[in-house]
Amino acid sequence: MVAAPDPAKLSVRALSAWYGDKRVLSRVSLELMPREITAIIGPSGCGKSTLVRCLNRMHELVRGARHEGEVRLDGEDIYAADSDPVWVRRRIGLVFQKPNPFPTMSIRDNVLAGLRLTGSLPRERADAVVERALVQAALWDEVHDRLQEPGIRLSGGQQQRLCIARALAVEPEVLLLDEPCSALDPIATTRIEDLLTTLRERYTIVIVTHNMQQAARVSQKTAFLLQGELIEFNVTDRLFTQPADKRTEDYITGKFG
Amino acid sequence: MSAPRGTPRDASAPLHERLLEQVLLGCGLLSIAITIAILAVMVGESAGFFAEVSLAQFLFDDTWTPLFAERHFGIWPLVAGTFLTAAIAIAVALPFGLLAAIYLGEFAPPRVRAVLKPTLELLAGVPTIVYGFFALLVLTPQLQRWLPSLAGFNALSPGIVMGMMIVPMITSLSEDAIRAVPDDLREGAYALGAGKLATVFGVVLPTALSGIAASLVLAVSRAVGETMIVAIAAGQQPRLTLDPQVPVETMTAYIVQVALGDVPTGGLEYATIFVIGGALFTFTFAANLVSRRLARRQYRSVAT
Repeated sequence: MVAAPDPAKLSVRALSAWYGDKRVLSRVSLELMPREITAIIGPSGCGKSTLVRCLNRMHELVRGARHEGEVRLDGEDIYAADSDPVWVRRRIGLVFQKPNPFPTMSIRDNVLAGLRLTGSLPRERADAVVERALVQAALWDEVHDRLQEPGIRLSGGQQQRLCIARALAVEPEVLLLDEPCSALDPIATTRIEDLLTTLRERYTIVIVTHNMQQAARVSQKTAFLLQGELIEFNVTDRLFTQPADKRTEDYITGKFG
Repeated sequence: MSAPRGTPRDASAPLHERLLEQVLLGCGLLSIAITIAILAVMVGESAGFFAEVSLAQFLFDDTWTPLFAERHFGIWPLVAGTFLTAAIAIAVALPFGLLAAIYLGEFAPPRVRAVLKPTLELLAGVPTIVYGFFALLVLTPQLQRWLPSLAGFNALSPGIVMGMMIVPMITSLSEDAIRAVPDDLREGAYALGAGKLATVFGVVLPTALSGIAASLVLAVSRAVGETMIVAIAAGQQPRLTLDPQVPVETMTAYIVQVALGDVPTGGLEYATIFVIGGALFTFTFAANLVSRRLARRQYRSVAT
């Protein structure tokens, strides 16, 4: 492990998670640093998505799902009895695998959806919020003259950037992305990757990906999960060039997965 | 829309398969032929009616008394009776039906839902004659205790009972529309920090709105076409009024009255039921078309 100059933004300690009787995460511990992109890699079904869903309390929305262990945001336990899941989710945004803009809403309304649904949008700030979020999500230039069009009329890559803009509009501190490019073509993927690199300056970012090249391109740290266990967590360059664990080596060299 | 279903015509298929295909085709064509025949009869009889009664009288006279010595053929009293009872029914059914749908679709635990939904749908299996007697013999006397001016036959009581009859339909169809909203939209809202209520009312219901509207239109169509309840409990007095306390007659109830009465076949009085039937058919047909369009719109909007 490298010495951390800053305290961790999110720290996960001995996190386990279940769906019913099925255990999908076993005592995972890792620290997510501010202004870093952490990639989570691993084969299908290894618990990558469950891990990020535990980080902003989306896991508990699934019937029969439960967890053990701690997740601390700036040292505060997000699962504490007095912690409000709604507040946690506003500070820790999540972008999904499949772009899911709200089909009844315009581009503009999609961006404002988070603030409107939580009843926290001052009317006079709406235009500024829309522009800032769309600029941050590198979508402004493409849509600024058609903000009233339905969000679902955009291309897949644009829809995903719209979803990122929607997540950024509520001003989170951490941004989780669950395989955000798996439904996109290579050009759209490159745009999202460039975008993440820019966003890194302001946010703590976690990206789940099954694409090891993507992890190598965008992240500073990488975590390798296998069957719910954290096998290795290290600086990305190190993990891909000198994996400490045989299973990591087998996975990144394509022996399974 | 989609690739043509079914197999291409294959001359080498065994004889019994080709035969079966023809039989099935025949059954399909038969139901279409019956619909067309009904339409043809209604149009034919209506043509005879309008040869004697002008369209202007039909549309602009405010009295409907084809069976009296002094005959009037203004359709509006029947239309008013029909839509008054239907409006009362919808006013009862929409809030209850929609709230029940929201509860079943978004809040009810699966086990509660597994019991509630079939139970509610049982209501749709009650014969309408039972509803009709319930309106006339139970609800009207009860209402009269609070509303002394309520007549024994009135629009209010059958309207309310018809509403109860329609609740399961609105609930069932609206719940289908609500459940058709993909979960990733709900998760998208939760991930933005929205609570349950904001998610349901801000994202799920707007997305399901076309489907809910489709269920409403179908319910209106059902209320307008309902016969037995209004024939029994609303009275048989065509009256151009929006007062729910007095006897009225709906289009359907008028058809019952004439069809079961001693009006000689073939005359102008007899032709009136085909004209009214045609008007009813046109309305419900249009309503069903609108409803299907609305339902399709929702599925298109979430199918991306």
